[in-house]
Amino acid sequence: MKAKFLASAGIVAATAVALTGCSGGNGSGGGGGSEAASCTNTIVNAEAPQVTVWAWYPAFNEVVDQFNNANDDVQICWTNAGQGNDEYTKFSTSIESGSGAPDVIQLESEVLPSFTIRDALVDLTEYGADDVKDNYAEGAWEDASSGDSVYAIPVDGGPMGMLYRQDLFDAAGIEVPATWEEFEVAAQKLKDSGNGAVIADFPTNGRAFNQALFAQAGSVPFDYDSANPQEIGIEVNDEGAKKVLEYWNGLVKDGLVATDDAFTADYNTKLVDGSYAVYLAAAWGPGYLQGLSDADPDAIWRAAPLPQWDAADPVQVNWGGSTFAVTEQASDKELSARVAMEIFGSDEQMNLGIDKGALFPSYAPVLESEEFANKEYEFFGGQQINKDVFLDAAAGYEGATFSPFQNYAYDQLTVQIYAMVQGEKDAGQALDDLQASLEQYATEQGFTLK
Amino acid sequence: MATTTAPSSAHRAEAPSQVKHRPDRSYRRRQRWGWFFVAPFAVIFLTFLILPLVFAFRMSLFTSTLATGTRFVGADNYLKAFTDPIFLEGLGTVARFALIMIPAQMIVALLAALVLDNLATWASKFSRLMIFIPYAVPVVIGALMWGFLYSPRFGPASSIFGLFGLAAPEFLAQDNIFGSLVNIVTWQWAGYYMIIIYAALRGIDPGIYEAAVLDGASDRQIAWRIKIPMISSSMVMVVIFALIGTLQFFTEPQVLRGVAQGAIPTSYTPNMYAFSLAFSYSQFNYASAISFALGIVVFVFSFLFLFLTRKQSGLK
Repeated sequence: MKAKFLASAGIVAATAVALTGCSGGNGSGGGGGSEAASCTNTIVNAEAPQVTVWAWYPAFNEVVDQFNNANDDVQICWTNAGQGNDEYTKFSTSIESGSGAPDVIQLESEVLPSFTIRDALVDLTEYGADDVKDNYAEGAWEDASSGDSVYAIPVDGGPMGMLYRQDLFDAAGIEVPATWEEFEVAAQKLKDSGNGAVIADFPTNGRAFNQALFAQAGSVPFDYDSANPQEIGIEVNDEGAKKVLEYWNGLVKDGLVATDDAFTADYNTKLVDGSYAVYLAAAWGPGYLQGLSDADPDAIWRAAPLPQWDAADPVQVNWGGSTFAVTEQASDKELSARVAMEIFGSDEQMNLGIDKGALFPSYAPVLESEEFANKEYEFFGGQQINKDVFLDAAAGYEGATFSPFQNYAYDQLTVQIYAMVQGEKDAGQALDDLQASLEQYATEQGFTLK
Repeated sequence: MATTTAPSSAHRAEAPSQVKHRPDRSYRRRQRWGWFFVAPFAVIFLTFLILPLVFAFRMSLFTSTLATGTRFVGADNYLKAFTDPIFLEGLGTVARFALIMIPAQMIVALLAALVLDNLATWASKFSRLMIFIPYAVPVVIGALMWGFLYSPRFGPASSIFGLFGLAAPEFLAQDNIFGSLVNIVTWQWAGYYMIIIYAALRGIDPGIYEAAVLDGASDRQIAWRIKIPMISSSMVMVVIFALIGTLQFFTEPQVLRGVAQGAIPTSYTPNMYAFSLAFSYSQFNYASAISFALGIVVFVFSFLFLFLTRKQSGLK
């Protein structure tokens, strides 16, 4: 009996040693040549060092091919590791395990602090990020930096505007609303016209969308600097946020807006079949809209600026937008930083992203070009939506600060807004409860509240 | 079960005494070959089950927060888990599921098995297959499919209810999500349990039925007084399966959350809570503790149930 026990214990020990041996060996490796086999794209110059990249941009394969053809001293090995949270989950797990992360990774700017606090991203100022600073829109650069450090290179932005159904507006005799007050009047008018549509959807799982609407009324939910990572200021229940949420709760109660979950099959259909007359969208919204099926063939879409709280003092906000960051696991950080800066860091590369991927660039030479401003969009009946709406919105955006536990904050926001929509509490209470839950979470996580 | 294991354990009891009396070389060599054949399984078993468990248990004894580093805390995470209102609420949710879902599955499975056992036509074979088929659908696919069936836009409910001039219920709303989930699970698992019960029914000696018929027992009496008592050990096994599955409820609510994020929060069940803690909020240590805490709860309840039903299951 004892011998058997010892034998099995021996096997356990041997396997344990073997396993830890493996993980130790891989940990220092990171990306590089060993993972070349898993590239989605074909490597043009097999001799050149490779940099692994995770990204989910539409038509990104063409961007990668163009890059690889143009560079013989470095090659991108691209993998689509999922969109948004799917990718972050994988990244997060590989940070925890110490291996498996790519060299360069696409991250939305709102999640950057969540990864910098885990020491997962490289400060790019050491690798010349400051030299390209002027090439990027100010707000986007601000979103990618924290204090003096720069943790990512901006790629695309999400300045917000209002996409609306001209045909439904005309049928109900509605003028395009310029303020939220007019928006409510329009909503009532649309409801009274009795065609069954509501003016818009206010999804309880809107996450960044809801937060952007709050920001428009001056809400600054977080005060955080990665140079001082153990301190955080939380104020999600300020006057601005309460004003906005009360406004929407009023519309919900009056049956003027829907409260369907966003990004479900139902929601996608309703966006284009005339159930909603307005899609409050970011600059990537038109691309999203065009990709949806079951569209109403008679739909006439137009774009207008986002309604304002004070028409005399317009505030521009941003929803989404992504960047390229270099991970701490990257084997050659300098080369990886170069790739992060150059993937979309030239007119040819960026234009490909715009034409094929419907990106709204943060790259200034393209963003500020005549060509981009004058681009006519067939989907909008030839309207120059960049000039009319999104360029102003992008220019007016000053950046935002996100928390190092943004995913948790958004999940809690969903819980509270859902409770409000269910009639369990009013807007003020919902935000106060959100504040309490986030303060508790931050304290539990070892932060000092500012 | 008990009768088959008894003789083999008797054999094993003999073996060591043999060794003691005469240390036979061929016996020892045989034993070495035994280890050789067990090794492939043992290595995989250790690598993919035991080691991760040990690793996870070790993780659960540490704490690591976003702002501070990792440190050893012993059983603190477990104390926190069993006083964590979110975890306890999740346990409450799965307890409610257990109370509703397990009887629902049992009734459907038992009725179907009893009916099929009495029929001997091609229709019974066909029905058996049809009832079993949902189990052959992968759980994730099944849940996705029901997500569409429940959808007010794509699902058939609005047109069916529309025929009678009624508004379809919102299956994915907060008040209805519980029933919607019970329905999915019952649809998927009742057929599987039916097969187990049916197999047990087929194992009963038909002579007993003949005797019962001679004594004037009706079909219903045979079912109630003979069949069900005789398959009670299978029933206990089925309930144990269902109980463990329900306490670890994860896949269906996780998939349905994709279309009902408000009604199904991230911490809806303890398993979902552990998942989101680890992979959404990167609290791997506390997530390990929650997983082990859930494991303890599952063990306690399974043990309790087996203890209470020791007579029926023949474990005594």
